[in-house]
Amino acid sequence: MSTPRIVVTGIGATSPIGATAQESWDALLDGASGARTLEYDWVEKYQLPVTFAAQAKVRPDTVLPRPVSKRLDPASQFAMVAAQEAWEDAGSPEVAPERLGVDFATGIGGVWTLLDAWDVLREKGPRRVMPMTVPMLMPNAAAGNLSLHFGARAYARTVASACASSTESIVNAVEHLRAGLADVVIAGGTESAIHPITIASFASMQALSRRNDDPATASRPGSIDRDGFVMGEGAAVLILETEEHARARGAKIYAAVVGGGVTADSYHITANDPEGHGAARAVEMALAMADASPADITHINAHATSTPVGDPNEYQALKAVLGDRVDEIPVSATKASTGHLLGGTGALEAIRDRVAPPTINITTQDPEVPFRISGEKQSLGSGPQLAISNSFGFGGHNAVAAFTTV
Amino acid sequence: MALTNDEVLAGLAELITDETGISADEVAMEKSFTDDLDIDSISMMTIVVNAEEKFGVTIPDDEVKNLKTVGDAVTFITSNQA
Repeated sequence: MSTPRIVVTGIGATSPIGATAQESWDALLDGASGARTLEYDWVEKYQLPVTFAAQAKVRPDTVLPRPVSKRLDPASQFAMVAAQEAWEDAGSPEVAPERLGVDFATGIGGVWTLLDAWDVLREKGPRRVMPMTVPMLMPNAAAGNLSLHFGARAYARTVASACASSTESIVNAVEHLRAGLADVVIAGGTESAIHPITIASFASMQALSRRNDDPATASRPGSIDRDGFVMGEGAAVLILETEEHARARGAKIYAAVVGGGVTADSYHITANDPEGHGAARAVEMALAMADASPADITHINAHATSTPVGDPNEYQALKAVLGDRVDEIPVSATKASTGHLLGGTGALEAIRDRVAPPTINITTQDPEVPFRISGEKQSLGSGPQLAISNSFGFGGHNAVAAFTTV
Repeated sequence: MALTNDEVLAGLAELITDETGISADEVAMEKSFTDDLDIDSISMMTIVVNAEEKFGVTIPDDEVKNLKTVGDAVTFITSNQA
């Protein structure tokens, strides 16, 4: 039996710049920013040093029925909203439950549920702590609830590799499908962790932008004056399917996921390996699985979070694998618009529409990050497309997915 | 001031609707939590915790299993109000 090719048949997203995947994509092409000042009393109460973030455009509990939303942490709510969109977009595939899987990611899990319950415990005692507290805060809550909702019985797995998580989920799902263990997988990631604790922690480590007076221009990947990342929230979901299964049911096909690479740095718990060895190996693995060479790459969705050291490290890692070719490939650093989340879908939609979305907020491009990025859209041309999407996370995790047009 | 059975029933119906989405009209004294309203154990405990807060009563864990119907719960709450 030959290895099946894996295709994308559905996309869903709920993000800081749009309530749906299409709305998010259109906003990305328009150069929108999702970063806004946080309008919560806790910002002032705790005197947070960072007062803004890229909050989701639409709260998920305003979309889901109350009996559904009240049993889900906001992270799982976002996952449910995006998954329902993706599932419908894929034409609600007929698939045997034992052949439908879920591969879902979160960086942090149900931090809101955990800390709200901690407040209740301290103020009112253990009797007031809700029975659903643990099932809501557990990191696998999104995967478990999606499995339940969509009747997925092949498997329901959770990846937690910080900011590499959702790309790693996509790669895992592809490997699972290629191994013949499922026909369709709901894959993606979610996060809802814009909380005083996470803001305080990221700010303590000097990782966050401090542009409190101008949130919309705060995320500046590749720009010489970047000063840190902007927290985002939301979820993105792909419906992945063997090409045979998709063709048999006449599904529309956005793209194929032809490669994936997952590696670990074993260098530092938060800092990237400055030589970028792990990231470079992940790109090499993705290209090898895709049976492709650097010359085939037509687009890169960079991890590019707008931190001072992360952005040049990524350039160096790609330079090591791609050589001078790296300087010719249109790159998008979409976290400029969305804050820190949602890498994978950006790359996919880019090749679908043959356009690299703009990277906003570059005042002067840093010569240490000489990617071919632009504040304007860049055409990817009419030829065959191969896009790679990079994600790197605390813990030294590196994940790369490669998409082609079909 | 102690609440009447009807007032407790209305308050309990709000909690049940919030937890399960079941219409308040369906919450009647003779309805069984499990057989009629299809409320699972974790939802039942959520409703119990919320009812304790709302009505200022304590419903011991070993009492919960005796509350088969909505009426059982209403009677327990009205007769145990502070």
